[in-house]
Amino acid sequence: MAILLAVWFICSYVLGIFLVEPLNGARVGGFPLGFWFAHQGSIYVFVVLILVYAAVMDRLDRRYGVD
Amino acid sequence: MNVQAWTYLIVTATFALYIGIAWWSRVRTTSGFYVAGRGVPAVANGMATGADWMSAASFISMAGLISFMGYTGTIYLMGWTGGYVLLALLLAPYLRKYGKFTTSEFVGDRYYSDAARLVAAGCTIFVSFTYIAGQMRGVGVVFSRFLEVEVHWGVIIGVVIVFFYAVLGGMRGITYTQVAQYCVLIVAFLIPAAAISWKITGNPIPQLGFGGTVQEGQQAGVFLLEALDALHRELRLPEYTAAFVPGKKSMIDVTAIALALMVGTAGLPHVLVRFYTVRSARAARWSALWALVFIGLLYTTAPAVAAFARVNLISTLHNSSYSEVPEWFRSWETTGLISFDDQDGDGVIDMSDGANELTVDQDIMVLANPEIAELPAWVVALVAAGGLAAALSTAAGLLLVIASAISHDIGKSILWKDMSSRRELLLARVTASVAVVVAAYFGISPPGFVAQVVAFAFGLAASSFFPVLVLGIFTRTTTKEGAIAGMSSGILFTGAYIVYFRLIRPEATAEDWLFGISPEGIGAVGMLINFALALIVSRFTKPPPAEVQQLVSEIRLPRERAAEST
Repeated sequence: MAILLAVWFICSYVLGIFLVEPLNGARVGGFPLGFWFAHQGSIYVFVVLILVYAAVMDRLDRRYGVD
Repeated sequence: MNVQAWTYLIVTATFALYIGIAWWSRVRTTSGFYVAGRGVPAVANGMATGADWMSAASFISMAGLISFMGYTGTIYLMGWTGGYVLLALLLAPYLRKYGKFTTSEFVGDRYYSDAARLVAAGCTIFVSFTYIAGQMRGVGVVFSRFLEVEVHWGVIIGVVIVFFYAVLGGMRGITYTQVAQYCVLIVAFLIPAAAISWKITGNPIPQLGFGGTVQEGQQAGVFLLEALDALHRELRLPEYTAAFVPGKKSMIDVTAIALALMVGTAGLPHVLVRFYTVRSARAARWSALWALVFIGLLYTTAPAVAAFARVNLISTLHNSSYSEVPEWFRSWETTGLISFDDQDGDGVIDMSDGANELTVDQDIMVLANPEIAELPAWVVALVAAGGLAAALSTAAGLLLVIASAISHDIGKSILWKDMSSRRELLLARVTASVAVVVAAYFGISPPGFVAQVVAFAFGLAASSFFPVLVLGIFTRTTTKEGAIAGMSSGILFTGAYIVYFRLIRPEATAEDWLFGISPEGIGAVGMLINFALALIVSRFTKPPPAEVQQLVSEIRLPRERAAEST
């Protein structure tokens, strides 16, 4: 879970806010990269994070026979 | 058929649908009333959470706000979605596992104190009322703009509908109407968005069209965002995609506001309670995923709509003659949402910084979108129905939270411990009815502070609830003294800072703010104070009783067992 929270922090704060200016120098398609992280990418990453978490916890639940 | 006839038709049809669902899902037990009998499937709960969460502000105002803020709009995009990661990982499954009906109940039990329960219930009621007034107002505004009904009649019609399904159907009624409302609002948001994306960039998927190229006009072939930055330079405004430049918020402020909104989202009582309605902790995790998927659909579309609307607005109106403005400009001018003040008397609209002659309300970006994109009348009507769905669903969720805080947390748990569940259900229905009436009153004549306070409700939720819940779940040793000290100091600090800079010294600039953090973002600092104090005070007070420590271990299974075996 610590890893997932670290990814959460990196994608939203580090890429979307702290490094937005240098990243805006790079362009992916029509997007400045930092702007894309702030307006789009972070939200996709959030969805993936919860997906991974829910799947990992399902496995834990099964292994230890809870639920 | 004209727009108004279509609007009457679609709005009446959706209202009939909501009432039909409410009748079908009416409840007779307290468990049904508070948590829908805990039988809601994860996907349905995800949709209901989406509708519950996305208010009139998300649907009507957010794209417009982003449109004016450019990059800085990310505070809403990230702030209002990132909280779901915290919710799914740190709170929802554990609170569900603990069971019971409300979040205040968890606080009261975990911190073995009725005082803590009372403080939590009080915060719940305060946060929910400030919110609900805004929703009722939203209902009135949609009615008055699309159906030409007076605002107060609009509010009354909305209240009657909410009354019907919240009081009759309780959480079960609310849940299934919210599922229907989610479908209405997302369709209403996506159709105009896809149409305008197609019109401007030739790609019907807004998320892709956002990064595509402009199709027509002087800037054909240029990337949309580059064209937008160029238009902003022409108007001597900061570039749309630029961050932290003069005229926009600073890095630390953006960080603090995003954090306060995320943590505040995770601590909002009407969102938390949705996770009590599913079958298990496992279902709570999956429904958090579905909720974010459904919310993300709107939240990734909104910034695209914001950019399209901005390009469209500047390129159609700037330097064009007032006598030749398009039809939609005329029709929205009568509502006062857009107005032209010809300062230099040349009859030409100038939008450049310093000489601006055009005043545009943020709400127009979504409301007028279908007309700007020249879509048929029924799409315009659908947008009205979508705005109503967004406002009503949020209002209903909040009402239920208020009713349970009063009837269950204060009534059943503190005042009348031996109340039968029949009487409790009656009390819950009565409090919900009273709350509806109070909300209607606030909607018709909003006290001046409401609009100010709604934006800060997140900061208050962030600095009070979140730390106490997280510590309650992840530490065994946080004591009741620690929790109460943390909660009250966090909310007092945040509240005092907001009051000071909003009411006493509203003229203060970024240099006067603590670390340059605006009142919107100060909840992030309040949260840190709350965490720190709760931990320090817990060190010096008597540790919690053994059964409370046992309770904490149990809700964290199987993580505990996994940790022991490795």
